[in-house]
Amino acid sequence: MARLAMVIDTTLCVGCADCVVACKTENDVPEGFCRDWITEQVAGAFPSARLEIRSERCNHCDHPPCVGCCPTGASHVHQPGAVVLVDKQKCIGCKACIASCPYDARFVHPQGHVDKCTFCVHRVEHGQLPACVSVCPTRCMHFGDLDDPESGVARLLRSRRHHELLPAAGTGPRVIYLT
Amino acid sequence: MDEITSTRHNPGIDPVLHAWGWEIPVYLFLGGLVAGLMVLAGYHILKAGRQQEKVSYPYAPMLGVILLSLGMNALFLDLANKPLVWRLYLTFQPASPMSWGSWILLLVYPALIGAAILHPPERVPFGQRLLALVRSWSEWLHQRPRLVQVLGLANLGGGIALGIYTGILLGAFGARPLWNSAVLGPLFLFSGLSTAAALMHLLAMVSRSGTGAPFADVALAGVFRLMDPAHCKHVMVRADASFLTIELAIIALWLLGLLTATGVHQQAAALLLGGPWTAPFWGLVILAGILVPLLLQFLELAGRIRHSAVPAVLVLIGGFVLRWILVEAGQASRWS
Repeated sequence: MARLAMVIDTTLCVGCADCVVACKTENDVPEGFCRDWITEQVAGAFPSARLEIRSERCNHCDHPPCVGCCPTGASHVHQPGAVVLVDKQKCIGCKACIASCPYDARFVHPQGHVDKCTFCVHRVEHGQLPACVSVCPTRCMHFGDLDDPESGVARLLRSRRHHELLPAAGTGPRVIYLT
Repeated sequence: MDEITSTRHNPGIDPVLHAWGWEIPVYLFLGGLVAGLMVLAGYHILKAGRQQEKVSYPYAPMLGVILLSLGMNALFLDLANKPLVWRLYLTFQPASPMSWGSWILLLVYPALIGAAILHPPERVPFGQRLLALVRSWSEWLHQRPRLVQVLGLANLGGGIALGIYTGILLGAFGARPLWNSAVLGPLFLFSGLSTAAALMHLLAMVSRSGTGAPFADVALAGVFRLMDPAHCKHVMVRADASFLTIELAIIALWLLGLLTATGVHQQAAALLLGGPWTAPFWGLVILAGILVPLLLQFLELAGRIRHSAVPAVLVLIGGFVLRWILVEAGQASRWS
């Protein structure tokens, strides 16, 4: 069973936000909202302070708390690819999934349903990359199947140091950052 | 230095999560209150059968139906996609406390309505024909003691399930460290019981003294005609004091659990221990909502001060503020 994942090289990301603009354009994200965003984290003290720039989004977790807490089954794991999606025909807007996400990756769409990154599954199912990955000018974003040992993302994770966000939350995020 | 800046400014999410507004604390308060009313009513149906007319709880279920409907309206108002609310009842999601809750809410109505029919009011300001019909159903029920017993059990069990569920609803959110505790279920159940005892106590006092408004007095006199002041004074005050003491112990365990857990849980506890919710939590919930009513109730029982409605009013305010603070502070607590 495929487990689609995104691997982002923070040593290449310059925080240009092309990925954010591409996502908003591709997915018609309403004004004032975003499905992906840029985070800058400065850690340490001069002269050894370190800046990490990350393109963040829904982590499409292996153990998604948003799916378990959904009372209508609107939040679900889409196969193939194990992508976490929201079925807007079933979503009642109770916001339980929003409260359950440790990454605060979801929001209420002005139309009433909950919205978030879909890994551009509509593109991926036609053999294309997610919009954010396809436009990245530094080629810092990689997308593929974690369960395929020959995929680009699997090879990168074998060869490079990496981390995920909030590992202690136990959700098993599948957006992983190379350092 | 560890500084994070983000370009994300999603409404309701940033800078601090505020997905749930006033509707959720109102619903949690009314749900807990109705749970308490159901437990008290179920216990008395089982214990006293028809003799319960001599005690103070015969009309708790009728009040429960009204309050639960108000609470469910608040819950409905919170939904962002209201036209699809019926989707809740096309599925059962066993891992979702909200799915459990929506089915529990649907199942407690028949129990509450059945228990309400057991004791129709003697007088009502309007709807005399309906009252006569309900009286005939009541007689039919009273001729079937086994069915009355089932109603008692359904109210007791349904009340416990409803009370615990309102706490588990929050406790199941691992992403919000302040809520992530198994004791929230029992805490909300006992808080619901204390507010239910306080409400019945308060209404009994109002019905005895009269409101001054003829319409309201007729209604109240009909509904609460059987309440016995001596019973009200002793049993309900004692019950409320017991529930409040247990509630206080559970709050202490909850805070202890947070303080002895991980760093994020300690940060969550700090919201109430020096953080922005410290004053309302300790002032309105612990002091005004639990400790002061407990002291007044003990003095009343000892005959040191006159029996008054003050402890009951304080308990109701404290119960509501507890839920308000939990919903607000819980959303502000996070892993990152």
